[in-house]
Amino acid sequence: MKLVILNGRIIDPSQNLDQVTNLYLSRGRIVGMGDQAPEGFTATQEVDATGKWILPGLVDLQARLGEPGSNFAGSIASETKAAAAGGITSICCPPDTSPVNDSQAVTELLQRRARQASTAFVMPIGALTIDLKGERLSGIYSLKQAGCVALSQANTPIRSALTLKNALEYTSTQDMVVMLRCEDQQLKNGGVAHSGPVSSRLGLPEIPPSAETTALARDLILVEEAGVRAHFSQLSCARSVEMIADAKKRGLPITCDVAIHQLHLSEMDVLGFNSLFHVSPPLRSMQDKQALLMGLKSGVIDAVVSDHTPLQKDEKLLPFGESMPGISGLETLLPLLMKLVQENDLDLMTAIRCVTQNPAKILGVQRGTLDINQPADLSIFNPEGIWTLKVNEMLSEGQNTPFQGWEFIGQVEQTFFQGRSVYRKNQV
Amino acid sequence: MSRLTGPNIQLNELGQLHHFLTIEGLKQQHLIEILDTAESFINPNTQEIKKVPILRGKTIMNLFFEPSTRTRTTFEIAEKRLSAQVESLDIETSAAKKGESLLDTLWNLQAMQTDMFVIRHAQSGAAQFFSQHVAPHVHVLNAGDGQHAHPTQAMLDMFTIRKHKGSVFDLKVAIVGDVLHSRVVRSQIQALSILEAREIRVVGPKTLMPESPEAMGIHVYHDMEEGIKDVDVIIMVRLQNERMTSALIPSEKEFFKLYGLTKERLALAKPDAIVMHPGPINRGVEISSEVADGPQSVILEQVTYGIAVRMAVMSIIMSNAAQLKQHRAEQASLDLDEPHTLNAMEEANS
Repeated sequence: MKLVILNGRIIDPSQNLDQVTNLYLSRGRIVGMGDQAPEGFTATQEVDATGKWILPGLVDLQARLGEPGSNFAGSIASETKAAAAGGITSICCPPDTSPVNDSQAVTELLQRRARQASTAFVMPIGALTIDLKGERLSGIYSLKQAGCVALSQANTPIRSALTLKNALEYTSTQDMVVMLRCEDQQLKNGGVAHSGPVSSRLGLPEIPPSAETTALARDLILVEEAGVRAHFSQLSCARSVEMIADAKKRGLPITCDVAIHQLHLSEMDVLGFNSLFHVSPPLRSMQDKQALLMGLKSGVIDAVVSDHTPLQKDEKLLPFGESMPGISGLETLLPLLMKLVQENDLDLMTAIRCVTQNPAKILGVQRGTLDINQPADLSIFNPEGIWTLKVNEMLSEGQNTPFQGWEFIGQVEQTFFQGRSVYRKNQV
Repeated sequence: MSRLTGPNIQLNELGQLHHFLTIEGLKQQHLIEILDTAESFINPNTQEIKKVPILRGKTIMNLFFEPSTRTRTTFEIAEKRLSAQVESLDIETSAAKKGESLLDTLWNLQAMQTDMFVIRHAQSGAAQFFSQHVAPHVHVLNAGDGQHAHPTQAMLDMFTIRKHKGSVFDLKVAIVGDVLHSRVVRSQIQALSILEAREIRVVGPKTLMPESPEAMGIHVYHDMEEGIKDVDVIIMVRLQNERMTSALIPSEKEFFKLYGLTKERLALAKPDAIVMHPGPINRGVEISSEVADGPQSVILEQVTYGIAVRMAVMSIIMSNAAQLKQHRAEQASLDLDEPHTLNAMEEANS
């Protein structure tokens, strides 16, 4: 099939491109761009994208896909559909599955299911330690061979500094990126909310910023010593942004990301004890939120992730502190990002770069670009039209979103994965 | 900051108490009504609490997800003095329960014709959570949720203060001890501020103070002598054993040296200052026996007033429910009347 997308505004940070023109797809790849079709190209299908934007398929560094196991709601089939509806075509799934993805078998299972669903490029992240227990190392080479693109401990950081040091040194010889969530469990001390005015008033057990920053300080030093390529996941504190900036200045091979909800919500949203606002790391102060945004603008923060955590309904039907943390975020990643652009908090190119070129580069994969010969993963985005998020219209099986009722401008109309249409608005 | 003052979910459409979950967000009139009603339950001559038939035919379920003997007992006594039918349940929560089963428990008990739940739970916000899932005619009374609130305890403290000082207005109050982990203190601070106390001080080591005292409208003192100087009321907070095991303070002995209320320290407060404690007291930890049993101590009175205050809250809630029902009936009949009025006007016009 040869497809031409006509007159779209093509926005591709990987080529510093923002131009109205035609895009030519053939056999699942992008074969040309411009007013002239490439030689020998005769379109069998045309899509008119006049007035629309053409975006590279988004690359999400952290989204849980519900499989294997029953820790989370949904399946690879349902969650990759939700991703497509949000313009996301490449997804890293963290190893906190059940069983934990610490073996070739689980990695292969994930890939097989993803191939069956064939809606998005699923990139498993292997567990750094067996069963994520932070004790013995997983078969890191085997995981790499099986196709894991990175290693991580998901939300359960290694407690022992010695084990982490060993894990980082060992991994440094395998040319793999290690993703680290920084959180000192002792300082967290069972906390569920940022320590600040809201936790003081509500009496919610507190998580001080030092739970993140002291762990980050330790990890930065061990990363520097080991010389491993490290990526810091889901930062939440202003101080963390400064620490990453300093480390980058020193030339450390590190990158980092922030979850999109941290750029829109803050501790104030926890007033009212609504468990939909229970996330990990916790929603922090307005100053932290502002610093994260500045970090994104200045390039200290490289990527924005959905941190998609689809949950069964009853996991949130509990008092705040007993509910499971997490947001079903695949379908709101791009809308919330565009909201930042519309509110002049972020320029369009930076916003798109943080969810395409940068995360692809962090993983070292050829995705998130509209360059010639690359997989034809893209979405057609209608920048106009106000719509309201309704949970019952979400495709994810996790309906745990605090953004119900939010108004957005602009929406994905169609998504292509490897040249095939995998989502079309109102034609699910 | 508009999100700070949303619609208060414990009030009905007439602005009256429907649940009693927290002091925060209530108006002075709500608190005064509770204090006045409590007063009416106490015989002015004998100081005895009367038995009244106000809640005859009503069923109150005491749901304790966290062990408590004192609070539960005073609630039960209060409920019985109001002639309600009373059931009490202790519910094990040690096993991690799924949300469905937790709410199923609630709905099952609700189906047994329960009119009001009195709930204690280890999670902050639990009372609010339950209030959002009960039927519209069912009331929830918070008997302590995590470190969040314990509004009836705070109201009985206000009652005690008013008894001795005439009013809370313009008083200087010092609260000494574990403010960080105390739901009682959080509610006391809110009540004191709504009733316009002049100054609310909290006294204790940094490890037991909240992260953002300014958000609570309080002044923090780490020095006991300075903290209780010239105050009208001293409220001592009970120190839990686990504060030592989690290294927040070294020992009971050192705590007493720094923050224990002794006769010598009490002399720094106003001469007519009263000493309060939610009980049961740790003698020689928060307070010396001399002070606890001394003339300025009102500790045992608090227990008696606790019954009257809880009776007041429950009777107010039930009477509000009756008023709301009547109000709605009147509204409905007004709506029916409207066409007639219109017809009459039309006739008059023609």
